[in-house]
Amino acid sequence: MTAATHLVHRTATTDPAPAPATAPATAPAPAILELADLHVSYGAISALRGIDMVVREGEVVALLGANGAGKTTTLRTVSGLHRPTAGEVRFCGERIDGVSSHAVVGLGIGHSPEGRRVFADMTVLENLHMGAYRFKRLRQEDLERVFTLFPRLAERRTQQAGTLSGGEQQMLAMGRALMGRPELLLLDEPSMGLAPLIVAQIFEIIKEINAQGTTVLLVEQNAAQALKIADRGYVLETGRITMHAPARELLDDPRIRTAYLGETTP
Amino acid sequence: MTLLEFRDYLVPGLALGALYSVIAIGYTLVYGVLKLINFAHSEVFMLGGFGALIVLTEVAPGHPSGLVSVLLVLLGLVVSGLVGAGTAFGLEKVAYRPLRKRNAPALIFLISAIGASFFLYNLAGKLFGRDPKAMPALFDNGVLFHVLGAPVDVVKLLLIVAALAMIVGLDLLVRRTKLGSAIRAVAQDPEAAGLMGVDIDRIVSRTFVIGGVLGGIAGFLFGLNSQVSFTMGFIPGITAFAAAVLGGIGNLRGAMLGGMLLGLVETYNVPLFGEEWRYVAAFAVLVLVLMFRPTGILGAKLGRTA
Repeated sequence: MTAATHLVHRTATTDPAPAPATAPATAPAPAILELADLHVSYGAISALRGIDMVVREGEVVALLGANGAGKTTTLRTVSGLHRPTAGEVRFCGERIDGVSSHAVVGLGIGHSPEGRRVFADMTVLENLHMGAYRFKRLRQEDLERVFTLFPRLAERRTQQAGTLSGGEQQMLAMGRALMGRPELLLLDEPSMGLAPLIVAQIFEIIKEINAQGTTVLLVEQNAAQALKIADRGYVLETGRITMHAPARELLDDPRIRTAYLGETTP
Repeated sequence: MTLLEFRDYLVPGLALGALYSVIAIGYTLVYGVLKLINFAHSEVFMLGGFGALIVLTEVAPGHPSGLVSVLLVLLGLVVSGLVGAGTAFGLEKVAYRPLRKRNAPALIFLISAIGASFFLYNLAGKLFGRDPKAMPALFDNGVLFHVLGAPVDVVKLLLIVAALAMIVGLDLLVRRTKLGSAIRAVAQDPEAAGLMGVDIDRIVSRTFVIGGVLGGIAGFLFGLNSQVSFTMGFIPGITAFAAAVLGGIGNLRGAMLGGMLLGLVETYNVPLFGEEWRYVAAFAVLVLVLMFRPTGILGAKLGRTA
């Protein structure tokens, strides 16, 4: 049933036409996140060199690329952890570049960071409470939603987060971000270092989260898995977007297959 | 040392230890969220003592007793707590925040801290005079009761009860409240805390204020027990800092434990080795413990409260 709703949802929001970047056939969903000519530098090193990107309401967008391409920097800039040296970040039409990270959360952007970054010395429940920090008090229905998505977290609610397995920590990082009721969820390498079975589970849950109405911007090295659940994908190489297409096209693209899906050239 | 002497030093030792614990918490809290030692914390303590001294000298009648005594003590606690909070708040704003905004290296914070400390205690010497002053009499300091035959007077009891109340209150605040969770989150991972919507600057400021309340009140209690002077912060400050390191810097319960331990060691040093060794053993214990446990007794696990 969830798969069915997801399918309906997906066809409603994405357009199957081959060139969505230029001329969508039907009216596209409004943009929730827009990056315009975004530049970010660390001292003398420029990490992003003019990125243009759009995430539309209801989509799952995958941001692919090799190590050091600038994927994490992109998400961190959206969250206000980096200030762009030039360009704009717009969320629901409003400029948010330069807004500090704690304020960005309040606008409706959740971020599950690279390396999970759960509060290791707090319990699972305390971590989830931190996720709901922006609200006066935690809402029980949010907690139940997270526990329904991640039954493992419910089982381990009183356990210290530092004692969880990698997969459980990833679930906690995602659940914690969901506690803030984000409209847009940023996921940074959710599959990193996890066993294939757990990775499959995590991606199923990402689909489910999206089906429940949260837009997802997904950064992944695991391009095959990411593109399977994404509507569209962007490929980032040394700070520039080099490809942008519907996910299915990217999955079939020979350049992607060799560079990111580990296939040798036929 | 005879058993009798051992008994007689127990209450003063515990009282001093409780005081050191309260001051040590101020160091360890700030270290937890900023990874920096606020060396000006000893001046927060000193100014708390002066705040209470000045106000109480104004209002205290000659020989207060009963309800008046209770109110005066409460007034002293409130005034010293407020002065401590205000001093710590100002210190963070003036001596540390500008450096944080510019990502200054750790050494610069240390110099700023020491500079602020020198400035404050010399300012206090200039403003309030350089002679030690006794707190006005707030109550008749008689012996209240005996523990195992050792007398317990009002000051010692007040000191121990007030310090314990602060320690328990702080422990609850950090473990049970939303502010406490935010402080722990910032101590563990400031960036992740920011992603949860925690305003780090505000939490840092509040952490200083909490430490300041404790430090200021400790200054008042210390003044009641001995005297108030512009240099009074130095020894208790450095001892409490040592206590925080001994227990495991950043670890709240470590600071409590370290403070108690050093208060007892310092007190028992006097009958064992003589007054001139008073301050030596505390640091000898510190060095010894750190040789075998460099992260302190309970470990310097940051942001950990237990």
